[in-house]
Amino acid sequence: MLAADRIIALALMGLSIYFMWHATVLPIGWEEGAGPGGGAFPFWLSAAMLAASAIILIRSFISHPHEGERFFPDADAIPQVAGVAGLLIATIAAIPFVGAYVALMAFMAIYLRVFGRHGWTLIAILTLATPVFLFFFFEVTLKILLPKGLTEPLFIPLYAAFF
Amino acid sequence: MEILSLLADGFATSLTPINIMVVVIGVTAGLFIGAMPGLGSVNGVAIVLPLTFIVPPSSAIILLAAIYYGAMYGGAISSILLGIPGASTAVATTFDGRPMAQQGKAGLALIAAAVASFVGGTISVILFTLFAVPLADLALAFGPAEEFALVLMAFTTFVGLGGDDVMKTIVMICLGLVLSTVGLDLISGQPRLIFGDLPGFYSGISFLVLAIGVYGVGEVLYTIETSRTAPSVTAAKLTMRALGEGIREMNKLWKTMSFGSFLGFFVGMLPAAGATPAALMSYGLAKTFSKKPETFGRGNIEGVAAPETANNAASTGSLLPMLTLGIPGSPTTALLLGGMVMWGLVPGPMLFIEEPDFVWGLISSLYTANVAAVVINIALIPLFVWALRMPFSVLCTVVLVLCIVGGYAPSQKLHDVWLIAGFGIAGYVLRKADYPLAPLVLAIVLGPLMEKSFRQALISSQGDMMTFVERPLSATFVGLSVLFFVLPVIKLVRQRKSKSPAPAE
Amino acid sequence: MINTFTRRGAMALMASAALVLGAPASAESWKPNKPVEMVIMAGAGGGADLLARLFQSIIQKNDFSPMPVLPVNKGGGSGAEALRYLKDKEGDAHIIMATLNSYYTTPLRTNIGVDIEEFTPLARMANDNFILWVSAESDIQNLDDFVAAVKEAGDSFKMGGTGTGQEDSLVTAMLENEFGIKFTYVPFEGGGTVAKNLVGNHIDSTVNNPAEQMGFYKAGKSRPIATFSEERLEAFPDVPTMRELGHDVVYTMQRSFVGPKDMPAEAAAFYTEMFEKLSQTEEWQTYAADEALDATFLSGDALQEFLLNGREVHREILAGMGELGS
Repeated sequence: MLAADRIIALALMGLSIYFMWHATVLPIGWEEGAGPGGGAFPFWLSAAMLAASAIILIRSFISHPHEGERFFPDADAIPQVAGVAGLLIATIAAIPFVGAYVALMAFMAIYLRVFGRHGWTLIAILTLATPVFLFFFFEVTLKILLPKGLTEPLFIPLYAAFF
Repeated sequence: MEILSLLADGFATSLTPINIMVVVIGVTAGLFIGAMPGLGSVNGVAIVLPLTFIVPPSSAIILLAAIYYGAMYGGAISSILLGIPGASTAVATTFDGRPMAQQGKAGLALIAAAVASFVGGTISVILFTLFAVPLADLALAFGPAEEFALVLMAFTTFVGLGGDDVMKTIVMICLGLVLSTVGLDLISGQPRLIFGDLPGFYSGISFLVLAIGVYGVGEVLYTIETSRTAPSVTAAKLTMRALGEGIREMNKLWKTMSFGSFLGFFVGMLPAAGATPAALMSYGLAKTFSKKPETFGRGNIEGVAAPETANNAASTGSLLPMLTLGIPGSPTTALLLGGMVMWGLVPGPMLFIEEPDFVWGLISSLYTANVAAVVINIALIPLFVWALRMPFSVLCTVVLVLCIVGGYAPSQKLHDVWLIAGFGIAGYVLRKADYPLAPLVLAIVLGPLMEKSFRQALISSQGDMMTFVERPLSATFVGLSVLFFVLPVIKLVRQRKSKSPAPAE
Repeated sequence: MINTFTRRGAMALMASAALVLGAPASAESWKPNKPVEMVIMAGAGGGADLLARLFQSIIQKNDFSPMPVLPVNKGGGSGAEALRYLKDKEGDAHIIMATLNSYYTTPLRTNIGVDIEEFTPLARMANDNFILWVSAESDIQNLDDFVAAVKEAGDSFKMGGTGTGQEDSLVTAMLENEFGIKFTYVPFEGGGTVAKNLVGNHIDSTVNNPAEQMGFYKAGKSRPIATFSEERLEAFPDVPTMRELGHDVVYTMQRSFVGPKDMPAEAAAFYTEMFEKLSQTEEWQTYAADEALDATFLSGDALQEFLLNGREVHREILAGMGELGS
């Protein structure tokens, strides 16, 4: 926990410096007769964030908070959490190519099978029902189009029928 | 008495069988749209608006009011069941609604939200009926300085919300405020913090993206880890006894609810503020003045009732500047305003005089829609609670799919979905390291309002800071802010002295 | 019901089959076969957004398009987001963009890699006007009073408007140049908010569009001083133009539609025709008259010339303000 606390504090300090560097594109000072410049808010708030995370880092060397606690109390869970996060990222990456429907169906099937260990019948019902629901709720009713990618031509007859 | 007869005419139209049917359909549709993370009344209204040219205008107004109310009630549903605020107005509802659901009291929380919404909606519609016209002048008196002071006050009511760790709370507030400045700087018209010129950042980081990320994806990851040792969600049951208990509990909350309604109505009425600061302030104040503030954030029913009364009251209040001043306080009212323009109505001070049929038709529709919304909402609660009983891994998939689709829907940018995944993973790690997430989300909601009004006020005053305390309204709010800031600090110091455990997030 | 359902489905299937086979479609027969995205260069609730949604409703009501036209707001970065988005949609036949003057100013002020000359011009629906307003409680009755008041106030006379670099700030800069005066320019997030702040006496003057002040004007709370239009506006017959008063300050806001680069010619023809039909509807004519818009329809080469000319005009104005990007 102590190591994790320090790493996170360091990461936040790095992030603050990155923000401060970007904020300097616009004036960060007080402009005469007009109040703070466009970069002032992001710059000085990032500076405050830098200071606060630095205190957290320094503090960890003085008082040793969370001693004996572990960042991952249950180490078995790490592969599972990482797996879900990885699957989520892969799904989002696939959306522009295979479209939201195919990507989400694959996501649900893999998740339910690998992490949920469900039977194929339940998986089939859920993965088939979800896209149908999404299509009718988002596209037909709310007129919010979801990305289709390569699957676009398949939807043209559906548009003609339901719009 | 003239008002009453005008209102009676309005009711005569809104209570015909066909219009009652319209209300039921509208409210039900609104409930489901609002319950979907990422979607809110704005989506419902956008769909219905073009239809209003085809149906008779009186039915059109009723349909719009029904969808508007339905979606406002619906926002609380996803906050409580999934822990993802469906709209920024329902952020504060997650603070206690989610813990209640985890303790198996989802049904009770949903009832509390519905009843509170009804109370908030009713009180504010009555205020609207009686005082709409004179109050418009109060809204006019609000310039940038007053807006800043109000947002400052909303912020300070939340001082007590952070975790035990002051430094970590400060980091999260700053991070939220910095993220809220991403995009275009309104004052100079220049882009800032667009990270390598990514066009996706031009329009800034929306609150919804951050909230769906940290509360949706982050919560799922956190639950996956912790549920391996012990399941955290208790199966929810809804019995008649629980229902009766719920109503008794709500009976004790009259003070909180009526205070929340008045606060919500007045804050919602101010053009720039709207329902989100209203709900946050109501929650913050309920906690500050509670005898047991430490129970907030751990499933206190008062923490559901307070923001829900205020956000419904505020949503009604926000119709006031739209009708009387022609200023939309939210994207939804902006759409409604567009609808009015299309119907050939000119919003503004003359609307109440020139078009009384429209105005009172709308107000009576609000009464009807509010009653229909509470009845339909309570009737549907068993369905929502039942949905929670699906296996945990199924629920997780559904939540993640909704996070992706709901994150994409409002802006239709894949960029936002990437941000959701990023915020989700970051939120999970930060939460494990005891960084409180509520201040982060609050900061991104209030940040843009605060910076903008602060700088507008200073430009107007030629850079003179005294403008915030020289103007009477603004000075009042600044004074209250100081009070709200000092009060919890004194409490905290006392607690530290008596060595009692400090309240967690 | 079922009948039409299958017939429409079958027709669409045939149409898509024809497209897949690459059968050349003539200008008359091309129709969108999926929903058309209408990108709006501004956020929800602004003047551009209201107008785009009005068009959408009229199209839907009169069935001008077999597929729905769906508005999408991409207002980030003063429209930079929308411009970049349209640039990436080269050759797409199902996307159109509703523009305003940021169509000129945004690519001029910041280098976003967009050349508006490449886009396909479709239709200009209207030109919106600007009027100089003061609060009705003010002592300022005419332009001379106004200039005198600004001079007397030093540079603390407050002019409210939309974000810096947007239309209101350009008109303000033109006024400053013309009269040799200086305002304190206070940017707000939308025209409606600007109008409210004028009536609430938080600012001293505005250059709102007529529509934005109409409600307050009718209630007698705001006073028009002069218009920036070429000729007097029908809705404000008593308000002089700047030009009449001897000052050549003319500025209008265009409301046009464009398509992406290399939009198929038959698709462009379809949209142009759709907007031409729209511009003749009674709904649009009434709206334009009520809001004091100049609703002269322009399309094709005439529109492209108009747009490129507009860009040059804005290049000069921005250069004068020192706001021209590299």
